[in-house]
Amino acid sequence: MVMTDVPAKIVYERPEALDPRVTHYCPGCTHGVAHRLVAEVLDEMGETGNTIGVASVGCSVFAYNYFNIDFVEAAHGRAPAMATGIKRVYPDRTVFTYQGDGDLASIGMGEIVGAASRGEGITVIFINNANYGMTGGQMAPTTLPGQKTSSSPTGRDTKRQGYPIQTAEMLSTLEGSSYIVRRSLHSSREIRRAKQAIRTAFEVQKHGLGFSLVELLSTCPTNWGMSAAGARDWLEERMLPFYPLGDYKISPAVAELKI
Amino acid sequence: MAKELIKGNTAVAEAALRAGLEAYFGYPITPQTELLEHLSARMPEIGRPFVQAESELGAINMVYGAACTGKRVMTSSSSPGVSLMMEGLSYIAGTEVPAVLVDVVRGGPGLGNIAPAQGDYNQIVHGGGHGDYHMLVLAPASVQEAVDLTVLAFDLAEKYRNLVAVLMDGSIGQMMEPAELPPFQPLKTDIPDWAVRGTGGGENRVLTSINLDPPAQEVMNLRLMKRWQEIEKNEVRYKGYYLEDAEYVVVGFGTAGRISLSAVRAAREQGIKVGLLRPITLAPFPKDVLDELTEKAKAFLVVEMNAGQMLEDVRLVVRGRKPVEFFGRMGGVVPYPDEVLTEIERLVDGPLTTEGHPRDRWLARLSETIG
Amino acid sequence: MQQEVIIAGFGGQGVLFAGQLLSYTALDEGKEVTWIPSYGPEMRGGTANCTVVVSDEEIGSPFVKNPTAVIAMNLPSLEKFEDMVEEGGVLVVNASMVNRGVERDDIKVVSIPANEIAQEIGSERAVNMVMLGALLGNLDLLSLDALDKALDNHLPERHKKFLPMNKEALRRGAEYKTEAVEPA
Repeated sequence: MVMTDVPAKIVYERPEALDPRVTHYCPGCTHGVAHRLVAEVLDEMGETGNTIGVASVGCSVFAYNYFNIDFVEAAHGRAPAMATGIKRVYPDRTVFTYQGDGDLASIGMGEIVGAASRGEGITVIFINNANYGMTGGQMAPTTLPGQKTSSSPTGRDTKRQGYPIQTAEMLSTLEGSSYIVRRSLHSSREIRRAKQAIRTAFEVQKHGLGFSLVELLSTCPTNWGMSAAGARDWLEERMLPFYPLGDYKISPAVAELKI
Repeated sequence: MAKELIKGNTAVAEAALRAGLEAYFGYPITPQTELLEHLSARMPEIGRPFVQAESELGAINMVYGAACTGKRVMTSSSSPGVSLMMEGLSYIAGTEVPAVLVDVVRGGPGLGNIAPAQGDYNQIVHGGGHGDYHMLVLAPASVQEAVDLTVLAFDLAEKYRNLVAVLMDGSIGQMMEPAELPPFQPLKTDIPDWAVRGTGGGENRVLTSINLDPPAQEVMNLRLMKRWQEIEKNEVRYKGYYLEDAEYVVVGFGTAGRISLSAVRAAREQGIKVGLLRPITLAPFPKDVLDELTEKAKAFLVVEMNAGQMLEDVRLVVRGRKPVEFFGRMGGVVPYPDEVLTEIERLVDGPLTTEGHPRDRWLARLSETIG
Repeated sequence: MQQEVIIAGFGGQGVLFAGQLLSYTALDEGKEVTWIPSYGPEMRGGTANCTVVVSDEEIGSPFVKNPTAVIAMNLPSLEKFEDMVEEGGVLVVNASMVNRGVERDDIKVVSIPANEIAQEIGSERAVNMVMLGALLGNLDLLSLDALDKALDNHLPERHKKFLPMNKEALRRGAEYKTEAVEPA
């Protein structure tokens, strides 16, 4: 075998916007993937040194430990309000919230609807894993009908416990929202598509086009009681039918955006 | 600058703006609405952010976010709205960022009414939000004082990285009085080192109120408490009237204080040697002067537009050394000076006691009046 | 020296502005003054009132139970405030809107057909100025000239065309003199 002189080239490395440390997330959880996608996009846009993140209450409460950017930590559900405060005094900074489904679609529904309806120029990364992860897997506003959780032990009974909330669909009805899409993190193909959406969302903000939100269907193997692979399959089989992927709101101005 | 006749709420709003208020976030509620309305016009006019939030929860958390940038920010509300803000206030305290809150208190509890009251004393002075923290609490009794204390509130908030509340009642918000507004200050240009600003590359700052390690959280609590001791040492403010030769001392803050002033003057005309101590800072409470007065005075009368909330702070200082009596009206009822005068006369006529609780005696008297 | 005036009437009778004008005048004359309205739902269509305190020293209570003077623009205001006027004080009653006499005999009563006078000089909207003039003609508080000056300085720009009418209204009101009542 002849050794040819191929120059070494780095094809994959930790984004500058991510701190070199091990996360506290469970094996098979997609938070890490979502973090990385956000970090890659900020790096690629040259925004890493111009961004303020707002962490929420949930499994991602310590998100600020993993990003190499300025961060604040909001009260449960209030991240969009906090981000509003920051964005209004720093309109030229990139401001984003990173919120789970309990945080955004239950206790923080008022704040997210307020921010979206105002057309607040922030970007929201919304992690939907169909349960309250941090507190041990209770029923969330996104828990599917029939889904067993630690607070719906016999499965979500829609007669008693109501129906899950389809956040992207709902927020897309607001005139103030500009870019509302749903993506998933269960396969490499979908992860690539999710990254494109995150890039678009931040570009919407950078171009001053208003409120952007990317809902990311995510796995929670620990609380779902599944293997990492099983959780990916469950997401695909059970969550996708109820939470169809797609672009729910592309405002005319966003449609013109060339990235 | 000449004095102008100006409404309390409007005056506070304009004073805040002139003190370099960089962003305002609020939600309409009577009797503070003119404050929000004034800023809704003025802030955009001079290119500063004004947001009418979706709720008081939204408003206080917008303030929280903006406060993390180290800019001068505030919100204002009235009692029921301030109750909603308690969560955010605790987080702001836990993150050690400066912010100013104006509470134009109305009658309660519950939805209550929109009349002037002082029933939020305990909520504002003794916490309200969860955890160990103190707000600096300034209690104006006139429009001019509301203006001056609003400006001071921003300075103190920044000096101590602490929440400052301006606690006034609906009548100060609604009243017009001559007042001199402060000169227009330019916006701050220096960003405090701790503030987030959008920086990467290892220089990044994180502002959070979470601390899962109890010993580390305790260290943070210790820092807050030491800071509070410093505030107690440096920032006590009060105003005394006719105290030099006073045998009897009325203690009242805000509107109850100035109503008491009328009663004290009327009593002086009768030859009663009575004075008035009007705390301007409710937190820190003017303990030292009250302690000195306890040495000299025969008895105290505490007057409030609530059921005796500051009364407990007075009793903690007096510690049974001298009789303390109480007079209050509740639920948005404002006492007239003659009611306070009657109480002063009762003090002079005696009998006086250091036994029992003044609130019990007052409630018994009040029950006869209002059934 | 401190005097207190309560001005009461229906919303729309210019009660609050009459009080403000009095306050502006006091301010311009270098006096201490407070103006406080009854605020809130009762202002919508019901009676409105404001309390003005004018003093030479720092004012204590802005709320007054027994004012030096009351201007009652209508019957409900007379019902509410007649008994409250301080002994020897002044009660100005709008005779156009009241169908009964005043019962008190220990105060100075000025009963004036303010609506008719206001109509005569051009507009019923000047009724508040007629009443205010009637008060100042019968109470040593502030001079009409001082009020004129305050009108010049503080009447909103859009109402400046009503300046002459307002000044005349003040004077017509002030012509209604009543003899002082000797305190019993």
